[in-house]
Amino acid sequence: MPRALALAALAGVAVAPFVPMGGMRQYVLHVIIQIFIWSFIGQAWSLMGRFGLVSLGHGAFLGVGAYTTTLLWNAYGLTPWLGVLVAVALAVGLALVVAYPCSRFGIVGHYFGLVTLAVGEVVRLLIIAERDWTGGSLGLTLRAPETAASLFAVQYADKRVFYYVALAAWLGGLWVWHRLDRSMARSAMEAIGEDETAAASVGIHVTRFKLGITALSAALTAFGGVLYAQYITYVNPETLAGIGVSLRIVFAVVLGGMYSLLGPTVGTAITIALAEYLRVVFGLRFIGMAETIYGLLLVLFIIFLPAGIWGSLRHALRRRRRGEAAAAA
Amino acid sequence: MIDPVFLAEAAVNGLLLGGVLALLALGLNLIFGVLDIVWIAYVDLVMVCMYVVYFLVMVYGWPVWLAGLAGLAAGAVIGVAVHWLIITPILTSPPVNQLLATGGLLFFVQSFATFLWTTDHRSVRISLPSLEVAGMFLSFARLLAFALAILAMLGLYLFLTRTFIGTAIRAVAQDRGAMALMGASPQRIYTVTSAVGGAMAGAAAVLLSIQYSVHPHFGAAFGPITFMICVLGGLGNMVGAFLAAFILSEIISVGGVIWSTEMGYVIAFALFIVMMFVRPGGLLARRER
Repeated sequence: MPRALALAALAGVAVAPFVPMGGMRQYVLHVIIQIFIWSFIGQAWSLMGRFGLVSLGHGAFLGVGAYTTTLLWNAYGLTPWLGVLVAVALAVGLALVVAYPCSRFGIVGHYFGLVTLAVGEVVRLLIIAERDWTGGSLGLTLRAPETAASLFAVQYADKRVFYYVALAAWLGGLWVWHRLDRSMARSAMEAIGEDETAAASVGIHVTRFKLGITALSAALTAFGGVLYAQYITYVNPETLAGIGVSLRIVFAVVLGGMYSLLGPTVGTAITIALAEYLRVVFGLRFIGMAETIYGLLLVLFIIFLPAGIWGSLRHALRRRRRGEAAAAA
Repeated sequence: MIDPVFLAEAAVNGLLLGGVLALLALGLNLIFGVLDIVWIAYVDLVMVCMYVVYFLVMVYGWPVWLAGLAGLAAGAVIGVAVHWLIITPILTSPPVNQLLATGGLLFFVQSFATFLWTTDHRSVRISLPSLEVAGMFLSFARLLAFALAILAMLGLYLFLTRTFIGTAIRAVAQDRGAMALMGASPQRIYTVTSAVGGAMAGAAAVLLSIQYSVHPHFGAAFGPITFMICVLGGLGNMVGAFLAAFILSEIISVGGVIWSTEMGYVIAFALFIVMMFVRPGGLLARRER
């Protein structure tokens, strides 16, 4: 039954761009594409977060990814198809440079969070400081190709193309999450998250697993950054690097629940939908009101629903089902 | 080549900035040392206190010293409110959730300030002269802030070492289980700590508002550096934080003159990251392994 439901939902998502929506199509598609891309990034973050590696600096990988392809395309005309490889390689390199000493010197918990936070800020500030070729805090627009749809430049005026690309990325992210969930690496990482010394004493190679999961997470995040940059065709240090976006990723995931497959998606969808809704309701009259409500909700959720919306919902459903099974027996 | 006078001026300014940063970091560090929770929103609460000072002085025409005291009191009240409303319910939650709850507070405070007061930069206009010493121009406001910051820190030191409740606070920081066994209520001590930490935020706000203009993203500008100082000094370690504040502020100030402000911060953060690997327990920690 859940499988059939999931397939039906997927079919609905697949044909969504062709449902007649009148003049609303571009806007609806835009919101959904954003949800897919940021859910993908949230999933990438949760690969680490669920094992206690709470990074507050994933903006660093986003920024490295987005700026690498953008600068390579703008300055050298290198197609993003190759640029994305460079971007992912650089992000993984950065991740390893930070994660290796963190793992070797046992930097966990608060300290890990603050070190990653510093890394995110370093990337943001470097982008701003090198304003001669990165555009500084004004950001950078991707050079437009000659045609409205260019495979070489990976820029399409038609939102439907990016809709399917983002959908594919999101499904890919779910698949990675699922594979990891079923693998030995998950047990190993959980053991490490619980007690590193104990894990090491039963023969788990702590550093190798931590580096592996960090590299994977960074690579996917950088890919998400590239995807976002190609879609919006504009990059900005405030929206793609630093503490703001890093915290935003974490919040969306925590809101949804970081221990379940769909948690990041649910959290991201709710935060984006809420932000859009509040923006439409309040418009330009009350600037900041949307974010205020968002912040307030976050605090309340973390206090009252620490497992996240989706996580708590699943717990409740499972408990009820178990209750019914017990009553039948 | 940069004129040595500029460098000297930057070094002195760094020293003066360090005093205020140290005060900022000490409040956060006190809370961390006692409650083992990092208030991500700490500097945003400072921002709120700065608005209090601004409105009292510029709109209601209070004298600066009185508004300063009000800012201090506002800080203490906010500290207690944050503790009761947000920290108490999640005192036993995993550290991640604690970080995130105060992070949510950050969003809330920042956006609510934007909503109430817009993103305008507002500054308390009190004209203080600038002094010329050996070819360097030093702002009197900064000197005053530095002196008051040192006084405030001295006050905190005396409070923690010479009063009964201060001693109790230090005892909880050392071993909260044992304190409960001695019949002291950790809850009450937490509240007092949050009030004192908040008052330090208020004090820092007063000193910052005579040299910087306040805007809703003030916390984002000073927040990261404040955490770095706390961690670099060793979370909970007051003397370490004091030292770290001056090291980082010198790097930012002198680096800012040689390259650019952003590069100064980049170098400071990079140093922080490296130091975390070399001395994870803080500057003054004895290596345990």
